[in-house]
Amino acid sequence: MNNIIVFCETDNGKLCDVSLELLTKGRVLAETLNCDLEALLIGHNVANLSEELYQYGAKTVHLADDPRLEFFRTLPYAAITISLFKEEQPQIALFGATSIGRDLAPRVSSALHSGLTADCTSLEIGDHKDPKGNEWKNLLYQIRPAFGGNIIATIVNPEHRPQMATVREGVMKKEALATPVAGSVKAINVNNVLMDTDFVVEIIERQIEEKKIDIKNSQIIVAGGYGVGSKENFKLVFDLAKVLGAEVGASRAAVDAGFTDHERQIGQTGVTVRPKLFISVGISGQIQHTAGMDQSAMIISINNDPAAPIHQIADYSIIGDLNEVLPKMIASYKKHSK
Amino acid sequence: MNKKIKIVVLAKQVPDTRHVGKDAMTPEGTVNRAALPAIFNPEDMNALEQALRIKDKTGNAEVLLLTMGPGRAADIIREGLFRGADGGVLLTDRKFAGADTLATSYAISQAVKKINPDLIIAGRQAIDGDTAQVGPQVAEKLNIPQVTYAEEILDITDEKLVIKRRLERGVETVSAPMPLLVTVHATAAPCRPRNAKQVMKYKSARTASEDALPETCYFLPLEGNDQLKIVEWGVNDIGGDENSFGSAGSPTKVKKVENIVFQAKEAKKLTASEEDIDSLIVELLTNHTIG
Repeated sequence: MNNIIVFCETDNGKLCDVSLELLTKGRVLAETLNCDLEALLIGHNVANLSEELYQYGAKTVHLADDPRLEFFRTLPYAAITISLFKEEQPQIALFGATSIGRDLAPRVSSALHSGLTADCTSLEIGDHKDPKGNEWKNLLYQIRPAFGGNIIATIVNPEHRPQMATVREGVMKKEALATPVAGSVKAINVNNVLMDTDFVVEIIERQIEEKKIDIKNSQIIVAGGYGVGSKENFKLVFDLAKVLGAEVGASRAAVDAGFTDHERQIGQTGVTVRPKLFISVGISGQIQHTAGMDQSAMIISINNDPAAPIHQIADYSIIGDLNEVLPKMIASYKKHSK
Repeated sequence: MNKKIKIVVLAKQVPDTRHVGKDAMTPEGTVNRAALPAIFNPEDMNALEQALRIKDKTGNAEVLLLTMGPGRAADIIREGLFRGADGGVLLTDRKFAGADTLATSYAISQAVKKINPDLIIAGRQAIDGDTAQVGPQVAEKLNIPQVTYAEEILDITDEKLVIKRRLERGVETVSAPMPLLVTVHATAAPCRPRNAKQVMKYKSARTASEDALPETCYFLPLEGNDQLKIVEWGVNDIGGDENSFGSAGSPTKVKKVENIVFQAKEAKKLTASEEDIDSLIVELLTNHTIG
């Protein structure tokens, strides 16, 4: 009772990174709160994933396994989650800010009248005193950028449980335990929870592509912004990435302008990355973008505007025209490598 | 379609956070709303288009806009009317102030119950919060199914809708019966432009509050012109539990707000000269940052 429950998402029979990242964070929170970390796993033929969940510290795996649950559908998944939360009364519930988590979590929060904070970038435990002088110990601080990323807000949920939050993939670190915890599976009897009316939405067809672009796990990223100017010019960004063995990223403005695909978008509304080298090309450095890359170990900014905010977070700023700088970098690399 | 279907489009007026300038924040670190233009939330525009397409296709649908906000949010209802909507409701009341997504969804769900539509279409999320919560929260409060991230409503019959959804790595096609709540993704078709006839028809449309303003000098009198009335509802009009509205009905509380200040690191400034770039590349190769 009053533990932390992480909703664990699967993809093609594997646990999603975001769920393992949440479990890693959940372990720290559970230790601070002196409570247990638990997982909720919904799907079909997924019981074998429990072992991996123990490696990430889940002492109890609440398992709902049924052929009808193979693919996510809002109503049955919500019914199971709501019923479990009513029974277990978790103090904290965490969801990935994925297309599934962002569909499911608000539905659950609405049913339980518990607050939900979307897209947290940090989760901490702390006390809270409201203006009336009421005090609470050990609340979940749900920290997120707001207002287009121009402010960072700390949200608390003093009176309602569970305290719910979603977190994007790649924001938190993923780390398995050296020794798995001695966990156990607690099966949920789905027939007690689900009704026929939970299945009124039917999946007719699914066309899910393999993840092709993997900027999140790339050690080097070359990212282009609106300043690159055109789709044709964006080839230069790809050229540099190719010689460096890097992946190509983009700012929202570049994606919106159609220079490249949405999957490459870095920032608050895209992916969060922390490569060892981030080369920023023609990106002004709005906070919505930098929120997704400012943890990179090294940042090189290339922008002909000396006042562009990107230069302020860069380790190396090249003030110059990218049409000149990028070919020179490629040539220099070819000359000096090996 | 035999039955006339009533569609409610949920829309929000938002500050245009996509074009945030230097004056967007006050020196005290609060948001300078006056410096930001108020716009029709972009994905709600995509939602409106899907509703208008149903109206075009079936020839038997009524499209109503529903928004919650201050008096000036009536602007987006007019914008919707100019593009083909048939009417609008503005939810406005001081008691709605300070609402988080849950209290917002409560107020909206109460208003939707009063309108009693067959279909509710909303944008996936609003650009001022990017939470994507209000749609699903409203669906839960209405106890109806939801289909999120719609890219296209492929078909609609009396029995069901067929909807293509945009997911992270692909698409999914689902069927769902009405009543239903659909949230629309930014990859859906953009909204059609204003229609000149609609603009002529609705340019004087206004709420009762706007009509009462002394400085209002509209061409047509509102009295007797029902089609020009933008319905205005407050807490008393939609009923429900008083304590579930506004900040009282919001489980989440803002503890702290910090303005983002870039932490200046010591950056090495380089030029586009060959020497500078060469030395950088050599340095990166030497310390194995690049291989």
